[in-house]
Amino acid sequence: MKTVLAAARADTEVNFGFWVYLMSDVIIFSMLFLVYVDLSQRYAGGPTASEVFELRGVFLETMALLFSSLTFGMAMVSLHQGHKSRVMAWLGATFVLGAFFLGHELSEFIKLVHEGASFTRSGFLSAYFGLVGTHGTHVFFGLIWVVVMVVQIQLHGLTAPIASRLARLSLFWHFLDLVWICVFSTVYLPGVMQ
Amino acid sequence: MFGKLTLEAFSHDSLIIVFANVVMIGAGLLVVGLVTYYRQWGYLYREWFTTVDHKKIGVMYIIIALIFLLRGFIDASMVRAQQATAGPGMDGYLHAGHFAELFTGHGTMMIFFMAMPFLVGLMNIAIPLQIGARDVSYPLLNAISLWLTAAAGALVMISLLIGQFSEAGWSGYTPFSGLEASPSSGVDYWIWALQISGISTTLTGINFLVTILKKRAPGMGFMRMPMFTWTALCTNILMVLAFPALTAALALLALDRSVGTHFFTGTMGGDQMMYINMFWVWGHPEVYILVLPAFGVFSEVTATYCNKRLFGYTSMVWATMAIAFLSFTVWVHHFFTMGQDPLRNAAFGIATMIIAIPTGVKIYDWMWTMFRGRIEFKLPMLWLIGFLITFTMGGMSGVLLAIPGADFKMHNSLFLVAHFHNVLIPGTMFGLLAGFYYWFPKSFGFTLDEKWGRRSFWGWLIGFYVAFVPLYMLGIMGMPRRMVTYDNPAWQIWLIIAAIGAIIVAYGIFSMFMQIYVSVRDREKNRDLSGDPWGGRTLEWSIASPPPEYNFAVIPEVRDRDAFMEMKVNDTAYLRPERYEDIHMPRSTPIAIVIAGLAFFFGFAFVWHIWWLAGLCLAGIVGSVIARSFNTDTEFVIPAEEVERTEDAFHRQLEADGAFERVKGLKHYGDERSPHAHLAEPVERGTPA
Amino acid sequence: MSHSTDATPGHAPTARGYLIGFVLALVLTLIPFGVVAFGLLSQGMALIVIAIAAILQLAVHLRFFLHLDMSTEQRWNTISILFSLLIMVVMVGGTMWLFYSLYVRHMMVGH
Repeated sequence: MKTVLAAARADTEVNFGFWVYLMSDVIIFSMLFLVYVDLSQRYAGGPTASEVFELRGVFLETMALLFSSLTFGMAMVSLHQGHKSRVMAWLGATFVLGAFFLGHELSEFIKLVHEGASFTRSGFLSAYFGLVGTHGTHVFFGLIWVVVMVVQIQLHGLTAPIASRLARLSLFWHFLDLVWICVFSTVYLPGVMQ
Repeated sequence: MFGKLTLEAFSHDSLIIVFANVVMIGAGLLVVGLVTYYRQWGYLYREWFTTVDHKKIGVMYIIIALIFLLRGFIDASMVRAQQATAGPGMDGYLHAGHFAELFTGHGTMMIFFMAMPFLVGLMNIAIPLQIGARDVSYPLLNAISLWLTAAAGALVMISLLIGQFSEAGWSGYTPFSGLEASPSSGVDYWIWALQISGISTTLTGINFLVTILKKRAPGMGFMRMPMFTWTALCTNILMVLAFPALTAALALLALDRSVGTHFFTGTMGGDQMMYINMFWVWGHPEVYILVLPAFGVFSEVTATYCNKRLFGYTSMVWATMAIAFLSFTVWVHHFFTMGQDPLRNAAFGIATMIIAIPTGVKIYDWMWTMFRGRIEFKLPMLWLIGFLITFTMGGMSGVLLAIPGADFKMHNSLFLVAHFHNVLIPGTMFGLLAGFYYWFPKSFGFTLDEKWGRRSFWGWLIGFYVAFVPLYMLGIMGMPRRMVTYDNPAWQIWLIIAAIGAIIVAYGIFSMFMQIYVSVRDREKNRDLSGDPWGGRTLEWSIASPPPEYNFAVIPEVRDRDAFMEMKVNDTAYLRPERYEDIHMPRSTPIAIVIAGLAFFFGFAFVWHIWWLAGLCLAGIVGSVIARSFNTDTEFVIPAEEVERTEDAFHRQLEADGAFERVKGLKHYGDERSPHAHLAEPVERGTPA
Repeated sequence: MSHSTDATPGHAPTARGYLIGFVLALVLTLIPFGVVAFGLLSQGMALIVIAIAAILQLAVHLRFFLHLDMSTEQRWNTISILFSLLIMVVMVGGTMWLFYSLYVRHMMVGH
């Protein structure tokens, strides 16, 4: 596995570029948080935050993402040990947790729309759907990426380019968990208390 | 099936727009016809459309910029002609909607499709060569950025034919750009053109940021980077961190307009001021994105044509970084009148004034570089001197506007219009044109005609003053910007003078195209055999013009800030290795044009709410990226023998041109005559530990 | 193409590192959720606890999951995130400072 490690190190340039992309995403998210904070009290006579948010579901979603960070970490550990099947298994676990998160979030969204709390109802709900939906979209693309990586590992094995891509996907996945920490600390927990 | 798109979108009530369409389609058909007639499609496809070579990508960026310079200028002249002929009791020749489209289009095109592609083009041409690299960090991403810009430009163009362009001004303030006030497709075209070109710019920023940080030749520490590379580095940082704010603002505005959310609506709990805030959070750094690379160009040309080391390099670097950081702290001066308290206004006003300090440092550095230098009055020196004087005036009117009290009086008047043209035309346009002349021979292997260049300079400079000094007067007289008609008879004479100014600028632009035409015609006479027509000081002049595909046969070792000058002085220029090695280069690929084509149709579909097409295009883009990731055969090898043949040919040219003798005679850096040479910070030579 | 000669041996990620990070993150998640779910504190205090737990958890993730530190391999990543956060604070903090004033003044107009 020496060669994989060496290649991954030589690839710091590519990984740094991906990191810089994540920095630009930080700014996009910070703008969405800004809009949310600005609009978070503007209910326009519609449902308020404490009427809309439900703590139990959010807690489940949070746990799913947190556990998926751990499973992805284990995939990276297995990668460096060169265990192909273990990498695929941990990636599979990550996918299941991520899919659970996304499915749960989507069903919450659908429920809200049916209850008349859709994104067209008020500035508050637009900002809520905009911010949380953008995070969810990122998770969706992360899931596609996980699938692509599993297919590529199956086809080519743990080659140097694949190890390098996994390193970037790992950055992406952990980054999404970081954003989620900000989401539940800015949106859900303060919202429930109101 | 076709969303909001009906045949009605193709009908235009204004004869002028019909005529413009005929010209646009005619010109397009002419180009297609000529390429077909000369059977050049294969060549264009192989060498240009699918290339990932930064040098060719740079050239294509500048072609886009020149096309939009023409269109943006036509829009500006029509605005000037309208206001000159629309005095009391007269209506001019345009209706209000068309007039609004014109000033919106002018601003949008000049910023996003003229200035931005121009400076990104210069970065593409110069940066990898200046830092001694064979390409940028991500060559394919670079090609994708280029074609995304082209796709966004195509959206602006197509809005002339199908539907209309935005009437909401280049900044698209809500609620006017919202669905209620602007129900037509114009604002959507504006949103998606900006969104796609903005994403392209963010990707460019990432690419060049990593390139400059990670791909410098050995020995080139931060304090040995050429000044243009420094300013480009700061501009790229701004691109990466400022453009996402625009992306977010536009995305939310698009949601407001197409799915009925209430981010910026002003009713139902939306906050229209938040859009304006987000727009300028991006918009102010954007001003410095445009201006910093031009500063870099001026630094390069001053040192080169004054035959002196750049004065105060260290202060220049710190001033650039200070400007880059401060540019994030001043955006509120674009809306002092929003209703916040005087404390906030004072804070942002003072922050704005502080920017004048590092900028002033730069002005003095350029002047001290000229002082006691052996100045060759080539065209870029004219642009520099025109810039120094004109830009300083523009900067001072900016400091005036930074005083909230004065801004309350002046904002939204023609005084403001005069101010920002007074900084952007010398600060960006003059710099870009100086860089165009400076690096043109590097790209094409022959120099540009001096005579027509000088005519162009005088046209721009005199035209600028005639066109914009009247706008300062009108602003002080109280004329608001963007008026299609007015009833104050005192204004008209100034507007007529301003229109004459536009005609003089037109002569400048005409001369610039004549300059290109004459130079191409006489290219054999003006060949640049040595690759170093100006006695350059940085690495790009150490290789052939145009450079071979791999740029540097051997990655150079940098021992001084003026890396190539050091080689010339110490007789190590043009040294050849004992043997050449194979060089791996990225292969050409059509994937960039495929992605950009899909992005164009995605934008078009979103404008007209053709949801199935938008979804299909998005899936296509994601699919293309995934498909590409399965392709492992992305490089090819230039064998050592071929490298050797190419370099042999270059050395024969150097011999024929007498370059070796010239270099042998060169024994000093050029600043020995100055009693203040010690202030120019000679750097320690040698390889760093 | 790449002429990176970075020869510093990278520390391979270990299961132990991820587990430590996970446990810390779990605790820092349970605290704010617990405070809100069981109404343990007043609203103002709860908000402060949520904010502190979030910042600590961000730090934990950056350290244990994203392996950020000042080693040669990670230095540029760390510098760029610090600078990005600085700019983010300027943009977001500046706007909130600005809009707070707007909010207060408009409320006063309304009364």
